Amino acid sequence: MLLIACPFCGPRDETEFRCGGESHIARPGPAETVSDERWGDYLFNRANPKGVHLERWLHGHGCGQWFNVARDTVSHRVLAVYRMGDPPPKDLTP
Amino acid sequence: MTGQRLESGGTIRRDRPIAFRFDGATFTGFEGDTLASALLASGVSVMGRSFRYHRPRGLWGAWTEEPAALVDLSVGGRYEPNARATLVPLEPELEATSVNRWPGLRFDLGAFVDVLHPLFPAGFYYKTFMKPGWATWEESVRARAGLGRVNGEAGAPTRTARTAHCDVLVIGGGPAGLAAARAAAGGEARVMLVDDRPAFGGSLPLDAATIDGHNAEAWAAAVAADLATRPMVTLLPRTTAIGYFDHDLVALAERRPDGRERLWRVRARRVVLATGAIERPLVFPDNDRPGIMAASAALGYVWRHGVLPGADIVVVTNNGGAYQAARALAAAGARIKAIVDTRATPGVVDAVAEVIPGSIVTRTQGRLGIHHVEVAPLGGGRARTLACDLVAVSGGWNPSVHLFSQSGGKLRWDEAIAAFVPDRSVQNEQSVGAARGVFDLAACLEDGHVAGLAAAAATGHAARDPGMPRAQEGAPYRIEPFWFVPGTRRRQWIDRLNDVTVADVRLAARENFASVEHLKRYTTLGMGTDQGKTSNVNGLAVLAAATGRAIPDVGTTTFRPPTTPTSFAAFTALRRCALHAPTRRLPAHHAHARLGAVFDEYGGWQRPACYPRAGEDRAAAIRREAAHPRRAVGLFDASSLGKVEVTGPDAARFLDLMIYNAIGNLAPGRVRYALMLNENGKVFDDGVVARLGPERFLLSPSSSHTAGVVAALEEWRQCEYLDMKVRVEDVTAAWGTVAVTGPRAHAVLDKLETDIVPGPHMSVAEGTVLGALGRIARVSYTGEAGFEISVPAGRADALWDHLLALGEDEGIAPFGLEALMILRMEKGYILIGIDTDGNTEPQDLGMTGPLRAKTVDFVGRRSLLRPDSRRTDRLELVGLAVEGAEPIPGGAHVLAPGGRGERSIGHVSSSAFSPSLGRPVALAMVEGGRARQTAGERVAVFSRGTRVMARIVAPAFVDPEGARLRD
Repeated sequence: MLLIACPFCGPRDETEFRCGGESHIARPGPAETVSDERWGDYLFNRANPKGVHLERWLHGHGCGQWFNVARDTVSHRVLAVYRMGDPPPKDLTP
Repeated sequence: MTGQRLESGGTIRRDRPIAFRFDGATFTGFEGDTLASALLASGVSVMGRSFRYHRPRGLWGAWTEEPAALVDLSVGGRYEPNARATLVPLEPELEATSVNRWPGLRFDLGAFVDVLHPLFPAGFYYKTFMKPGWATWEESVRARAGLGRVNGEAGAPTRTARTAHCDVLVIGGGPAGLAAARAAAGGEARVMLVDDRPAFGGSLPLDAATIDGHNAEAWAAAVAADLATRPMVTLLPRTTAIGYFDHDLVALAERRPDGRERLWRVRARRVVLATGAIERPLVFPDNDRPGIMAASAALGYVWRHGVLPGADIVVVTNNGGAYQAARALAAAGARIKAIVDTRATPGVVDAVAEVIPGSIVTRTQGRLGIHHVEVAPLGGGRARTLACDLVAVSGGWNPSVHLFSQSGGKLRWDEAIAAFVPDRSVQNEQSVGAARGVFDLAACLEDGHVAGLAAAAATGHAARDPGMPRAQEGAPYRIEPFWFVPGTRRRQWIDRLNDVTVADVRLAARENFASVEHLKRYTTLGMGTDQGKTSNVNGLAVLAAATGRAIPDVGTTTFRPPTTPTSFAAFTALRRCALHAPTRRLPAHHAHARLGAVFDEYGGWQRPACYPRAGEDRAAAIRREAAHPRRAVGLFDASSLGKVEVTGPDAARFLDLMIYNAIGNLAPGRVRYALMLNENGKVFDDGVVARLGPERFLLSPSSSHTAGVVAALEEWRQCEYLDMKVRVEDVTAAWGTVAVTGPRAHAVLDKLETDIVPGPHMSVAEGTVLGALGRIARVSYTGEAGFEISVPAGRADALWDHLLALGEDEGIAPFGLEALMILRMEKGYILIGIDTDGNTEPQDLGMTGPLRAKTVDFVGRRSLLRPDSRRTDRLELVGLAVEGAEPIPGGAHVLAPGGRGERSIGHVSSSAFSPSLGRPVALAMVEGGRARQTAGERVAVFSRGTRVMARIVAPAFVDPEGARLRD
């Protein structure tokens, strides 16, 4: 079980959180200009990398805030935690 | 095997006898015994039957490594199936029953399978039960399978689970663990020490050595007593570390002195794994008979429990460690008949008996206990027969690497000790002592001491070095691997519970189950209660030989938690029955109870199903309640309906994005029915949106879906529309809502003390109700004119009673949720998740306006533009005018009319008998439903072998024009 440092509450157990999957996925639009392929890609295709993964988490049983986590999917090490809307930190190494 | 109690020795209390029962007979043991040691002392030789062949099983082990001595246990009001006799502390009134045998343990008819064993090779299931299919065989196989019996009652009460944090967690209270805890606890670090035995010391009570001048067992007791006095130290005896998870979270299962279990989740900054090692069997012909026991277990019974497990003992070994056990057994009064050593030159000078070098047991005799063994040189030669009643075996030691492996660490094969040891570490843990293949006592103490100091230092706490504990060096271990006897037709057993032999492993390899994970599943090797603790490495070695590989190339199976069997009750802790999930009650709950309401759980809420009157059954009450609001006026508690306030300058813009229907053009004081979609265009929820002011909206999501709607709004607000000034608040619990509905609802409202003048259908107004804050919305879920009156939750009870009194002249009567379901069905109002599923889109419900007319984007819009959304054969909502008097069961299939074969074109989603109409009504989702409705198709509806005819009609059986609503 991961130990995640919520940027608002500090380190808490994974059970307090919910993972919302990959972060920084731009929503394509306006709708009429988006091809079916592009829309399908947005809805369903994810990077699923072996290594650094930028994902969003919700501290649901805490402050109720969404935020971003950079996590190494191999070691599950949390490399960085940053707020929604912030760009990912540079030089993330697993 | 004829065990006997010794006059002295062990930590049992001979002055405190305990009577207990096993398979109906009464025995006596002592405080400090385990069930196994007490049975052994009473001369019981057979304690279980193996899983497949029902072969008699005696004790192999003395603790968690025991594979076969399983009992169903009743003690102290608790019942526990499949308890291992070696782990059960003896208690008064304890009653144990052996498992997997009939009629009895010593004579088991199931053992006929053993005679037929050539018919039951490895993979027997997969070869035999494939034709015509598993379903044919399942019932008879299941009747024979299984070990203990569950008694059908709820498990024993447990303690609440605990979460703890510490700097240094030491797992294992043997010499290395005690040394580590002692060193780590010298400073300010918070230290936890856990061990699965009732007392700390691990193997020390079995060691004749001295530590710092004290007897080893006394040293352990002194260290534990000292640690117990320190405020920064937590000692947890009788506690097994069952899992090592990410970020150094360790799960512990504690068995309290009262027998209750408690689960711990411990987050540690450093973990010291001092989990010790487990003795491995030697694989030789007929090595599974009762009376063939691990040498360390035999020693353990003598030194811990004062039980001599046999009088005439043959020791069989491939290493130097067993010689100490032989000495101790001899000192306890046993005759050591010989020490059979597979090593050609054992190099031991002070053996207590004749050493037969370079030899192995080639045959054993005895059905329910052993009486002879045949010993022959490894290279062949004349065999000797030795009479004995116990064979004490040591095949070397396997470090307990389970937790290390679960932490993600990689193992390495160590040739010097012929075992897997921890290699590369991934988390903040360190293995010490026997757990990493350091077997010598002095070295273990040093290993633990150094690791304890380092762990405390790594957490930033200066340690005060208490000085390294010292012991003299022991006898050399010097193992020479010996895996099995080649060239014999006799069965050589690897897994003693699941009956896996060398021949089974070889057969699996020949059939190309050469991967260790395949081998495990094909032969069930290591799938017994000991989870491979005794069988794993021997099995790997046989597989390696059969496939011409080296053991490290074969690898190990995955070590999964829990490391030892743990009851479900421990995991459940207190989260069961009433405590499984919080009970949500309506604010006017007691008012309903006073009316004799029958409560049921709906979406997590306890809500009135109906209000039966004297002499009325549930069905009759529901019929009456469902008819009443169409004739007069009904009262319904709608408090569980969600109430979500969305406020702020951008509230309208935000809701336009979140909701399928247009919201921006909704006038203040007006209410609109709306769907919420997900990004895939699927209907997520429905409800009404009320605009209370220019920047204030109130959403009413479905009762059981409010949390999901709030979560979705928050995710979009926080992650996608960060720039919007909008706030989302779930205020469901703050308000009580009572619905007054029916043709005479107006008359009741006219009498209500309020300054609110209700507007037309689909409007809302705020003001005071009964002299306090209130709100009245004109909405309806019944199809009749309706008013939803909301007051602060604390006043709901009073409002309910007040409305009942006000409406007396109008014939007001309460109705429950079951009647509401019929009323809404008659009107064709859908219930999300019942009439819709994860594929339903708005056009399937006949709602296409917003997609055509709405000019702004909304969640799910692009998905509705896909070709799939324009298919004409989508499941669409229709009504079914059922022929006959009986309602169709929900879920019944609608069959294609006139076609070949019987194709299902949809299903009944809601169905009931309508008391107002005097006939059954149903809603259904049907392929191309609206076209079929226009054509007035007549279809067969099929359910459980019977078919009923129905006509496809519009999904509205009552007042399709909505005149009654606007009344």
